[in-house]
Amino acid sequence: MKRRAFFNGLARMAALLGLGGLAGRLARRAQAGHTVWQIDPWKCTWCGKCATECVLELSAVKCVQFYDICGYCDLCTGYFEPQPNKLNTGAENQLCPTGAIIRKFIEDPYYEYSINEPLCVGCGKCVKGCTLFGNGSFFLQIRHDRCLNCNECSIAKACPVQAISRVPADKPYRFKTLEGKQ
Amino acid sequence: MIAAVINQRFPPPQFTETGHQMPQMTAPPPRLGALDWLDMGVLLACLALATWLVLRRRQRRELMLLGLFSLLYFGFWRNGCVCAIGSIQNITQALFDSAYALPLTVLVFGVLPLVFALVVGRVFCAAVCPHGAFQDLMLLKPVQLPVWLEHGLRLLAYVYLGLAVVFAATGGGYIICRFDPFVQIFRLTGSLTMILTCVIFLLMSIFIGRPYCRFLCPYGVLLGLAGSVSRWRARITPDKCTLCRRCQNECPFNAINKATPRTLQIDPTPEDKRRLAMRCALLPLVVVAGLWLGGLSGDSLAKAHHTVALAERIHLEDAGVVTDTTDASNGFRAEGTPSEKLFAEAHALIARYVLAGRLCGVWVGLVVGFKLIVLAWRPRRQEFETDAVRCVACARCFEHCPQEHKRRQKKMEQIGVVE
Repeated sequence: MKRRAFFNGLARMAALLGLGGLAGRLARRAQAGHTVWQIDPWKCTWCGKCATECVLELSAVKCVQFYDICGYCDLCTGYFEPQPNKLNTGAENQLCPTGAIIRKFIEDPYYEYSINEPLCVGCGKCVKGCTLFGNGSFFLQIRHDRCLNCNECSIAKACPVQAISRVPADKPYRFKTLEGKQ
Repeated sequence: MIAAVINQRFPPPQFTETGHQMPQMTAPPPRLGALDWLDMGVLLACLALATWLVLRRRQRRELMLLGLFSLLYFGFWRNGCVCAIGSIQNITQALFDSAYALPLTVLVFGVLPLVFALVVGRVFCAAVCPHGAFQDLMLLKPVQLPVWLEHGLRLLAYVYLGLAVVFAATGGGYIICRFDPFVQIFRLTGSLTMILTCVIFLLMSIFIGRPYCRFLCPYGVLLGLAGSVSRWRARITPDKCTLCRRCQNECPFNAINKATPRTLQIDPTPEDKRRLAMRCALLPLVVVAGLWLGGLSGDSLAKAHHTVALAERIHLEDAGVVTDTTDASNGFRAEGTPSEKLFAEAHALIARYVLAGRLCGVWVGLVVGFKLIVLAWRPRRQEFETDAVRCVACARCFEHCPQEHKRRQKKMEQIGVVE
C-alpha cells in the first residue's frame, strides 16, 4: 500500500508540474481581454445563412446602415424590388421580407433609409441589392446586445466563405470605412 | 469625408436645403471584460466550497444547494459558456495554432478543476459543473446499470475526447460545443434536433445517474484520470467500514468498489495469473488495431474541415460530375484563387487528419487495452471504497452509511444538541 501511495504521489506531482508548465506556456500567450465573433463585410456574400444558422431564434446578425457612405437614393436598390411598381413604401415594392427598413424623405431627391432592428432577421437581401447596385452602405454585423458569444459560433461554422471570425472585444465591430477595404 | 470607397457609385448628398444631419450608426457593446474576472472568482470560490463540503461537512443537502447555485450561475445566467468541458478544445487549438488567441478565462476554467481533482478528487463534478448539477438534481428514480454495460459505455467518453482533440487540433471545429446536450436549455433556444437530444438526456437523467457525465463527458475523463492519483478524496466513512454494502446499493453511478469477501482473500490462482498475462499480451494488438482503424477513418474525418469539403466540391464541379454550384463554391470562384492551390491545401489537411486519426486510434486502443487489464486485476479491499476514477463526490453514500449516522450522532452530542 505504501508503494502504491508513493507512485500515486509521484504521478500527482508529475501531473501538477505538467499542468503548471502547460498553463504557464499558454498564459504568456493568453490575453486577459476576451474576443467576440464578427462578420467581415468585405468577405460576406449575403447567402442568407446568418438568418437561419444562429442558435438564437431571431438571429444576432442584423443589417446595419452606414449613413456616411449611403447615396440617399430615391431608387434604393437595397429597399426596392428589382422592378418596383412605384417608388413608394408599398409592401409589394419592398425587398425586405419583414419591412424592417424605414424610408424617410429628407429633401428632393434624397431619402434616408434606416433599419428597424427588432424587425430585421439578418437575411441580407437588402445587403445584396445595396452592394451589387449601390454604394454598399447596408451590411451585416453581429449585434453584441444579442450575441451569446458561443464558444463555436454556429453561423461561422455554416458560413460558405468563412467570413466570421473572432475579433478583440474592445473593437467589436467591423464597419466598412471610408478608406475602403482594409 | 468623401474619400475613395470601393463601389461608391452614388456620391453622398450635401443637404443644402434642410441642413439635415446624418445619424450615427449604433454599436451596442459586448459584455464587460471585467465580468470575466468575476466568473473566474466564482469558479475558484465554488471549487473551494465544494472541497470543504465533500471532505469536511459531508452533507449531501449542502452540496445540492451549491450545485443549484452553479446551475443557476454558470448554467442559466452565463448561458453555459464559458465551460470547462469545452475549454479542452480551446486549449488544444492554442497548442496547435500559434495565431489563436486563447482567452485567459478559458485557460483558468480548463486548468483549475484539474488541479483540484489532482489534490481532492472530482469536486468539480460534484457541485460546480452546471451540466453535472443539472443531471444530479434530475435523478429521482435511480436505476443501477449492469457492470458490463457500465464499463462498455464509459469507453465512449474516451473516444469522444479523442475525436474532440483531433477536430480542435486540425481546425475542424468544436464538436463538444456543437453537440452539447444541455446548453439549449440554459439558453432556452437551439435547433430542433439539439433540443430533442436535450429532452432525451434530461428524461434519461431521471432514471440513469448522470448519463452525460459518465458515458460522454470528455472533461470527466481527464478529471477521472487526475482523480485516480489524488491526495485526498471522498471517503464513505472516516471510521471503520462494517461491510453492510448499503453505500454500494445506493450509489447510482456504479462508483463504489466492494470489499473482497473473506473467502476470496487468497493469493491469485494460476488461472487468474494466466488471464492477466493474456490481457497484457492483448494490449499491443488492440493498439495496432486502433492505429489501423484510425488511419482508415482519417479521410472521412477530414470532410469536417471547411477547406477539404470545399476542395471536394470544386473538384466535382471541375470534373463536370455536378452541374449546379453552392454558395461556398461561388464564393471561392469569386475570390479568384486557383483551384490547384486549394487542392494542395486540402491534400495537406487530409494527411494531417490521417495522422491525427492514427494517434486517436492509438489512444482508443490504449484505453481499451488497459481497461481489459484493469478488469482482470482484482485488488484486495478491506472495505467498501469510492472508485478513484468514477466517483463524482455526490455525497449520497454518506447519507446511507450507518457508521456516518453514528458519527453525526456523536458530533451532535458533543456540541450538546441532543441530550
